Amino acid sequence: MAYHHTIGKKTYRFNDLKTLLAKASPHRSGDVLAGLAAESYEERVAAQITLADVPLKVFLNEAIIPYEKDEITRLIIDSHNDTAFGLISSLTVGEFRDWLLKEETDTLTLKNLALGITPEIAAAVSKLMRNQDLIAVAKKCEVISSFRDTIGLKGHFSTRLQPNHPTDDPKGIAASMIDGLLYGSGDAVIGINPATDSPAEVNNLLLLIDTLRQQFDIPTQSCVLCHVTTTLELINQGAPVDLCFQSIGGTEQSNTSFGISLDLLDEAYQATLSLNRGTIGNNVMYFETGQGSELSANAHHGVDQQTCEVRAYAVARKYKPLLVNTVVGFIGPEYLYDGKQIIRAALEDHFCGKLLGLPMGVDVCYTNHAEADQDDMDNLLTLLGVAGCNFVMGIPGSDDIMLNYQSTSFHDALYLRNVLGLRAAPEFEAWLMKQGIMDTQGKLMPKPDQRLLKGIKELWMK
Amino acid sequence: MDEIEPLQQPEGDPISVLKEFTAARIGIGRTGTSIPLKQSLAFKLAHAHARDAVYSELDMDKLSDELQQFDLPVLQLHSQAAYREQYLQRPDLGRQLSEESISQLTDQPTKGIDIVIIIADGLSATAVNSNAVALLKVLTPQLQAAGLKLAPICLVKQGRVAIADDVGMYLNAKLSLILIGERPGLSSADSMGAYLTFNPQPGLTDESRNCISNIRPHGLHFKPAAKKIFYLIQEAFKRKLSGVGLKDNAGLLSEP
Repeated sequence: MAYHHTIGKKTYRFNDLKTLLAKASPHRSGDVLAGLAAESYEERVAAQITLADVPLKVFLNEAIIPYEKDEITRLIIDSHNDTAFGLISSLTVGEFRDWLLKEETDTLTLKNLALGITPEIAAAVSKLMRNQDLIAVAKKCEVISSFRDTIGLKGHFSTRLQPNHPTDDPKGIAASMIDGLLYGSGDAVIGINPATDSPAEVNNLLLLIDTLRQQFDIPTQSCVLCHVTTTLELINQGAPVDLCFQSIGGTEQSNTSFGISLDLLDEAYQATLSLNRGTIGNNVMYFETGQGSELSANAHHGVDQQTCEVRAYAVARKYKPLLVNTVVGFIGPEYLYDGKQIIRAALEDHFCGKLLGLPMGVDVCYTNHAEADQDDMDNLLTLLGVAGCNFVMGIPGSDDIMLNYQSTSFHDALYLRNVLGLRAAPEFEAWLMKQGIMDTQGKLMPKPDQRLLKGIKELWMK
Repeated sequence: MDEIEPLQQPEGDPISVLKEFTAARIGIGRTGTSIPLKQSLAFKLAHAHARDAVYSELDMDKLSDELQQFDLPVLQLHSQAAYREQYLQRPDLGRQLSEESISQLTDQPTKGIDIVIIIADGLSATAVNSNAVALLKVLTPQLQAAGLKLAPICLVKQGRVAIADDVGMYLNAKLSLILIGERPGLSSADSMGAYLTFNPQPGLTDESRNCISNIRPHGLHFKPAAKKIFYLIQEAFKRKLSGVGLKDNAGLLSEP
C-alpha cells in the first residue's frame, strides 16, 4: 500500500510501510549509507505526519519483510497477542503516542499490553517521539528479571561487570573483577568477552568466575560471551554455565550471518534452563543487539536500522531473558555518527525494548572514530538513569582493553546511583554491605574490606 | 569544622598490587564517587591521541621520498571519499578509487606483476606514516630476493582495506598487500595492519584476505611482522589462494 502527504505544492509518496518507516526515522548515518533516509528535513516530517495517521491494525496486515521469507516475521505474527492488542486496536500510530504519555497509562497497563505490541508498532511510535517522550514512557515500564538476584526493580540500577583482557589471562581478568566488585559492580552479571571462542578457554573463564562467586557467596551470575554453539557444547560437558549468551539481529538473514536460527536458540534455551542453576529465578538468557548489525551483514531488506533493531527484540522476548543489552555505540560512525545519534538510538532502543517487555540495559559506549567523547556518555548515562534503564556496563576506567572501545566505568555507575538515588539489586546490595564494601546507606566504605583481595590468591588456577 | 579528608589517590588504592596483571585501568582510586583528576586527564590524553590519529593525514611527500630507496615508482592515489567526515560515514566510497586515480593506473604497464604494495591511511594515517617504511625495509628485499616482480608502490588517501582490490585489478597484480592504519585504541594510536589478497578483484570480502594486525614498535615488531607476511605471501603463491583457506592450514596466525 502506498502512502502520501502534501505540503504546500509538493506531494510526498511513500510506496510501502517500510519506506514510510525509514523516511520517518530521525537522521542517522546508517540509513543514509543504506540509501533509505529521508532526502530533506521536510520529507522526514512529511513521513512522520503520514505515519501518525496510519492505524496500528495496518502493522498486523502489512509485513515489512514477507512472512514466507523470514522466520522472525513469522515469530512476530504468530506470537502476537490479539487480546492484549485489543486495548489499542482502534488507535493510529499518532494516537498511540499520545495515549502512551497519558497519566492513566500506568505501569500495569503497559505490562499487560506488552505482548500486543509488535516490534514494528514500537518502532513506528518511537519515530514520532522526542527524547523526553521516550524517557517518560520508558520510565513507566518496569521489567523485572531474576536468577540469583533481582534486576530491574524501580529505584534500582545494576551493572554488568566486564573484566575483559586481550589474551584472556586469568590473573588479568581476576584483577579487574576484584576491582569492580570493590566498587560495587556486577549485580546484573559478571560477563567476559573472550578473546577466543575455544571451548577449553571459555570453560577456564567460567570456572574462574564460578570459583570466586562460590568462595564469597556472591548473589550474581556469570557469563562468558561466546557463541551459542560453544555454550551448548560446554553445557554438555558439564561446565558451570549460568547464562547463555548470544548476539542477535532482527532478520533471519542477519541471524544466519551470526550462525544462529530460532531452532538453535530454542535448543540452547532449553539446555540452559535444564541446568537449573538460578536460585530465585530462571531467566537464563543474555542477548546483545545494536542498530546497524543487519545492514552490516547486508541483511536489512530495505528496512531502516532502528526498525530492524526492534525486530531483534521479538527474538529476545521469546526466551524470557535475564538481560538484553543494546551495544549502541560500538558499531561505528557509519551507522551512528556522533554523540547525538548514539544518544537518540540508545533512548529508542531502551524505550522500544521496555515497551515490548524486555529487561533492557544499554552499553553506553563509543569508538575512537565516532564523533563522541566522555561528555556525550555522561549525558546518555544520566538520561538512561532517569528513564529507568535496568543496567549498564562496568569497566575499569571506561577503557575496554580487549574490545578497544570506551564504555561506562565502575565510577560512572556510582555517580548515577548517587545523583538519582538508585540502589544496586537488593540481594547484591545486602552482600556488598555484608562484605564491608558498602555501608548501610549504600555508600562505598572509605576503606573497603580486604577479604576479597586476600582471597584472590586462591583463584590462580589454570 | 570537619577535617578535610585526604583524597584517595591511586597509590592508596588497595587494588594497586594487582596492576601488574593487567593493562586495564584498575586501582585508579576515587574522589567521592568520581575518578581522580590525574586519571581523568590521562584518559583524556589517550583519547586525544586516538582522535588526532583518526584525523591525521597521509604524508604523501615524505613517504614518497622515503620509498625512493626501494627503486620502485611511487603513485599517489585517492579514493572516492573526498574528505574525512565523508570517509567515516561512507565506507563504500573508501573502497573505490577516484576516476582520476583509475586513469593513473590504466596508464601503467601491467605485464607480469606479482605483487602490488599499497599504503593507505585507513583510520590512522599516523600509523602508516611512522611504520610503513620501517616494515618495508625488512620485507621488500625479501620479496625482491625471491624474484617477485613488484608494481609501483601505491599511496592512497582516504582508503579502506578493500581498495587494494581495485588497485590490484587495474595493475593486473597476482597479489595485493595493503598496509593500513587500524582503528586507534586508547593506548595504540599508531597500530598498522597488513592485509594480503591473492588474485585481488572488486567484490571480495574479508574471508578472502589474511591479516596481520597491531604492527608497531610497542606491538608486533617489524621483523616478525615481515616474516609472517613473507611466509603468507609464499604460501599464497604456492597454493594460489588467500584468506580463510590459507589461514586454516598455515597455523601461523594463531596468536592474537
